Amino acid sequence: MQDLGQAFATAWAMLTGFDPALWSVVLLSLKVSLGAVAIASALGIPLGAMLAVARFPGRGGVLVLLNAMMGLPPVVIGLLVYLLLSASGPFGVLHLLYTPTAMVVAQTLLVLPIVAALSRQVIEDLALEYADYFRSLGLGRAGAVATLIYDARFSLTTAVLAGFGRAIAEVGAVMIVGGNIDRVTRVMTTTIALETSKGNIALALALGLVLILIAVLVNVAVMGLRATAARAAYA
Amino acid sequence: MLDAAPQHRLGSVDRAGIFPLVAEGLVFEAGGRRLVDGLDLRLDGAERVVILGPNGAGKSLLLKLLDGLVAPSAGRIAWNGRPADMAVRAATAMVFQRPVLLRRSVAANLDHALAARGINGVERRQRVGDALAMARLSPLAAQPARLLSGGEQQRLALARALALQPRLLFLDEPTASLDPASTLAVEGLIEAARHAGAATVLVTHDRGQARRHADRILFMQSGRVVEDTPADAFFDRPRSAAGRAYLEGRIFV
Ligand SMILES: Nc1ncnc2c1ncn2[C@@H]1O[C@H](COP(=O)(O)OP(=O)(O)OP(=O)(O)O)[C@@H](O)[C@H]1O
Ligand SMILES: [Mg+2]
Repeated sequence: MQDLGQAFATAWAMLTGFDPALWSVVLLSLKVSLGAVAIASALGIPLGAMLAVARFPGRGGVLVLLNAMMGLPPVVIGLLVYLLLSASGPFGVLHLLYTPTAMVVAQTLLVLPIVAALSRQVIEDLALEYADYFRSLGLGRAGAVATLIYDARFSLTTAVLAGFGRAIAEVGAVMIVGGNIDRVTRVMTTTIALETSKGNIALALALGLVLILIAVLVNVAVMGLRATAARAAYA
Repeated sequence: MLDAAPQHRLGSVDRAGIFPLVAEGLVFEAGGRRLVDGLDLRLDGAERVVILGPNGAGKSLLLKLLDGLVAPSAGRIAWNGRPADMAVRAATAMVFQRPVLLRRSVAANLDHALAARGINGVERRQRVGDALAMARLSPLAAQPARLLSGGEQQRLALARALALQPRLLFLDEPTASLDPASTLAVEGLIEAARHAGAATVLVTHDRGQARRHADRILFMQSGRVVEDTPADAFFDRPRSAAGRAYLEGRIFV
């Protein structure tokens, strides 16, 4: 094992020297997770809003299911997507297994329940507050949902950031469906796992630092949003 | 049947065709309590109606029932002989006891209501501007609505309802948290809305305001209209014991 101080020094050099191997991994991570979060938000926010305003039989069950899915282990989702995409699976003909697309699919499934469940909570509180106004105005379901999504925009951004934090940090799902192939499907977390086991601590450390930096930035963004929203009484 | 009365017998012009508004046997029950208890009412849109009554009498609830915000447990409401439809919605507006304002700017709050009612383009911009000016909120147009003072919020809520140019305006204590000058200003806005053709149903605890703004008084207690009289008669000599007690400021439950 390398000396820890030396490993840090090498890691730092890789970061500041824009080591191409390192940055291609970082870039792929961001692409996959941002893609997944974008899709999950485009579906999850309207879904959450619909669940917030709609009343139908079985709604309670759907909400319990959704909340339970927030806690699904990434490896389980990875396994599920693997089964769907594997050669003998229903979507095997698409040949998506071990591609970044498969990773996006898996992370989308991981993040969707988080975004949808958090959106539902936020929007339901707001819907209750606005209900009389909407009804008096004669605003339809679609208009109400659009208004609620816009007015909850700060809290919804927080939900999206929570989803991104979960996606960028998970290992299990991308490992299973991506296969951790060098230069193809290797992302930060899977690279850290692999390089650490190989004893290449410097690269693992450098990627770990990037992950920590991202986590910090996400939290700064959340706090900044909260402060802005509170200051403008939009919260 | 009351609600079958043809419109032309009423003597009032009704552009939107929503009058007479007739409620029959209206009941609202919740938690085992009869909060509105078999209420009959007829409004032909001609007189200025003021609802008086102690806290918890069911005044706000009655407005919400009439405006279709809550569904009655029993009884029915007919607008010119038919149930509430989009035309009725488009012809009514309500100012709530607690203003419901969107998490947007003052101007955007006005804009939202107008857009929801399908008013677009130049006309919408013009109505937003007019409403701001009328409610003397122009300097605050870009402020987040929820940062306004309580009284300013109430003025905005009223301006928003007026911008919809309703045929019937429900006003639930629109001056409850206003200073005397603002109260008079708001009363002026209500008066202007009437000149523009709006009928009003006003709930208030301000007896001076009731005198100024009522042709007809509905006095409510325990979910019932216990007195439905011309305003002058009510203030001269209320028929009900409850009405007398209320005017004399005697507390009763
Ligand atoms: N949606 C509802 N569900 C259950 N109870 C309700 C509902 N709305 C009102 N109530 C109850 O009905 C009663 C009458 O309420 P309402 O708001 O109509 O009173 P009010 O006459 O407007 O009083 P105030 O002068 O204090 O505004 C109250 O006891 C209230 O708790
Ligand atoms: Mg009330």
